[in-house]
Amino acid sequence: MSMIRSCCGLVVIAGSLLLGQADASAASAEKGKTLFIRYGCFQCHGTVGQGGNAGPKIAPDPLPYEALASFVRTTNRQMPPYREAVLPNEDLADIYAYLQSVPKTPDYKTIPLLNE
Amino acid sequence: MARKNSRPEVSRRKFLAGAAVTGAAATTSAAIAATPPTGAARIPSALRPTAHQIALEANVTAEVKPVAGRASSDFMVDVIKSLDIDYCYSNPASSFRGLHESLINYGKNSKPEFITCMHEESAVAMAHGYFKASGKPQMMLCHGTVGLMHATMAVYNAWADRVPVILMGGNDLDAAKRAPGVPTYHSAQDINALVRDFTKWDDNPVSLQHFAQSMVRAYKMAMTPPYEPVMIALDGGLQEEPMDGHSGGLYIPRYVKAAPPQAEVGALREAAKLLVNAENPVIVVDRMARSQNGINLLVELAELIQAPVVDQSNRMNFPNTHHLCQSERAQALIREADLILGLEVSDFWNTVNLFIDNGEDHGFGIRQSRVKPGTKLITISSVELNQKSNYQDFQRFQSVDIGMAGDAEASLPSLIEAVKSAIASDRKAAYEKRGFAMKQAWRQGIERGRQAAAIGWDASPISVPRICAEIWPHIKDLDYSLVASRQGIGSWPNRLWKMDRHHRWLGGSGGGGLGYGLPASVGAAHANKPLGRFSLAFQGDGDTMYAPGAMWTAARHQIPLLSILHNNKGYHQEVMHVQRMSNRRNRVANLGTVIRDNGPVGTRIENPDVDYSKIASGMGWWASGPVEDPNQLGGVLKKAVEVVKSGQPALVDVISQAR
Repeated sequence: MSMIRSCCGLVVIAGSLLLGQADASAASAEKGKTLFIRYGCFQCHGTVGQGGNAGPKIAPDPLPYEALASFVRTTNRQMPPYREAVLPNEDLADIYAYLQSVPKTPDYKTIPLLNE
Repeated sequence: MARKNSRPEVSRRKFLAGAAVTGAAATTSAAIAATPPTGAARIPSALRPTAHQIALEANVTAEVKPVAGRASSDFMVDVIKSLDIDYCYSNPASSFRGLHESLINYGKNSKPEFITCMHEESAVAMAHGYFKASGKPQMMLCHGTVGLMHATMAVYNAWADRVPVILMGGNDLDAAKRAPGVPTYHSAQDINALVRDFTKWDDNPVSLQHFAQSMVRAYKMAMTPPYEPVMIALDGGLQEEPMDGHSGGLYIPRYVKAAPPQAEVGALREAAKLLVNAENPVIVVDRMARSQNGINLLVELAELIQAPVVDQSNRMNFPNTHHLCQSERAQALIREADLILGLEVSDFWNTVNLFIDNGEDHGFGIRQSRVKPGTKLITISSVELNQKSNYQDFQRFQSVDIGMAGDAEASLPSLIEAVKSAIASDRKAAYEKRGFAMKQAWRQGIERGRQAAAIGWDASPISVPRICAEIWPHIKDLDYSLVASRQGIGSWPNRLWKMDRHHRWLGGSGGGGLGYGLPASVGAAHANKPLGRFSLAFQGDGDTMYAPGAMWTAARHQIPLLSILHNNKGYHQEVMHVQRMSNRRNRVANLGTVIRDNGPVGTRIENPDVDYSKIASGMGWWASGPVEDPNQLGGVLKKAVEVVKSGQPALVDVISQAR
């Protein structure tokens, strides 16, 4: 068990280095929105990354790209890891661009129904 | 589930009526087909009955005398009536035709009233829902073989949810007397064997007195905690024969409810000592409150020591309007606890341990304790008094410091007294301080919930908290009852609504078997109707497709229910299981090639999309949708609430976020 965890730690570091090289500037939020559905991210995190009872909120204000990408690649928690063979770097960058494009959440005090 | 005729038929009654004119002539040869009715130009899609068949069914050869004396099944009705059962949920079947006839004629179709169901699984689920709303067990009557086979999933749900249902199945035991063909297919040596692993008790009475004893015993056992379903086999011969041979000395035993089993007093005192001295106690409850009294007692206990309560919500156990309701902070509280008191917790191992299904550790997955070393674990559970070995609803085994076999609600008065006696005066300041901290955390929790609901507020598909927020203004002044809710709704109603009474939330299915939500909602709404409560449910789309016929029963029997269809177009829990396997094997999940879905092949309900409004209106419901625009939802829900208040069932199909 401890050996497995050590290996995972190395993978996190290596993954972060590799993903750090992705060309985030070429990423497309529009394409990312489609990919967010296609890869099933919406199943737990909602179509706008709002989170739900199966997965946490991931947008708006997503984690820094490197942190999010290394979690996606190597997590051993409830979410299964999405390795590059499953989710290519380019697609992950597009998904990240989509998450960044999600507008800020309004203060609930401005929504009458949430003040009933 | 009537006896099924294996031969295909088209307009058989009209056919026979026409054919009977020529029947006498045709009897000369069994092989000659009957003359078709005059003017019958259409070519039938099924074989016409032969002259022999017509002669058998249309010719009366001798006068049939009425059965002398009183029918045995009339006495069965007397026994059933003695138990004050309101309804018999059933799909008709020949193997209980004797009792059916007695119920509606001799019994005047009242207490119990026969409720026509479209499927035996729905019939059980309706009785299941009815009990949770009313506290009264109901009867489910079915064919002992094919009907009970349909019913089994719902029986397991009732078993796992600790709900009493009086199951009765017809059966023709005597092979010499029963009709050949289908009725014999529908007979068995021991019909109860099918459900014996998940019923508390069963019997196969062979005399009327035996029936009376067993029926009353079954009812009493079902109603002694832990509540569970019971099963009585009804022999066809016993139902149909005249009572004459049985009448001497027949009596109906008086039903007196058994006092529920209480935890041992010495163990309760020991638990009380630990509770009053704990620095960070947490009370975890699951199916604790059997009634409003259970809620009131739990509030009293929690207030005595200002202990937070985590409600795992298989029942409404604790009001969310109380500052000690800390369910949203469950993980943090359990992590910091030095004592955890579990009351009727169905999965205590999973409460105090973490399991991650990731295949690590040679496939066992990650298993970690959620609690600090030395944390005292105490449980009170009636389920320990009645466990069976085959089905694994008892969950993983968890060692505890004090384990008490007994009904938690019945044990609370003694535990409260023991706590009062054990509290030292120097502890009161600590309780006060803890209570103050809990009040702050409770207020912050409400704020957090509302802010979380604002995320994705205008999203389409519509977010779950938006749906909950849109309906709340229309029900908040009603005596509402959330009778069922699909898993994907999560705790949103509890985060956004005031839930303060036992009937505000009736809990889930128990066994996790789909096909519960819709019929259980109908059953619960049936019970709520005379109590003046407004019933609503968050209905899953997948669950709806298991048993849509339950809608017809609601319309037929004028059962008011608002069903808000959480239409996420898929089986989302299964989506993630397939995704997890694909990722673990480093493969891209196949979304389909010819038709591309929004989830792995086999997990989606789209292409074509189901028009649930049409299904509901076709069954006699008021229906609207699909609603995709969140800004349209409030108006539609308002209309639906008015329809339900007028006494009719209504469905609103909402295109929703996955969960």
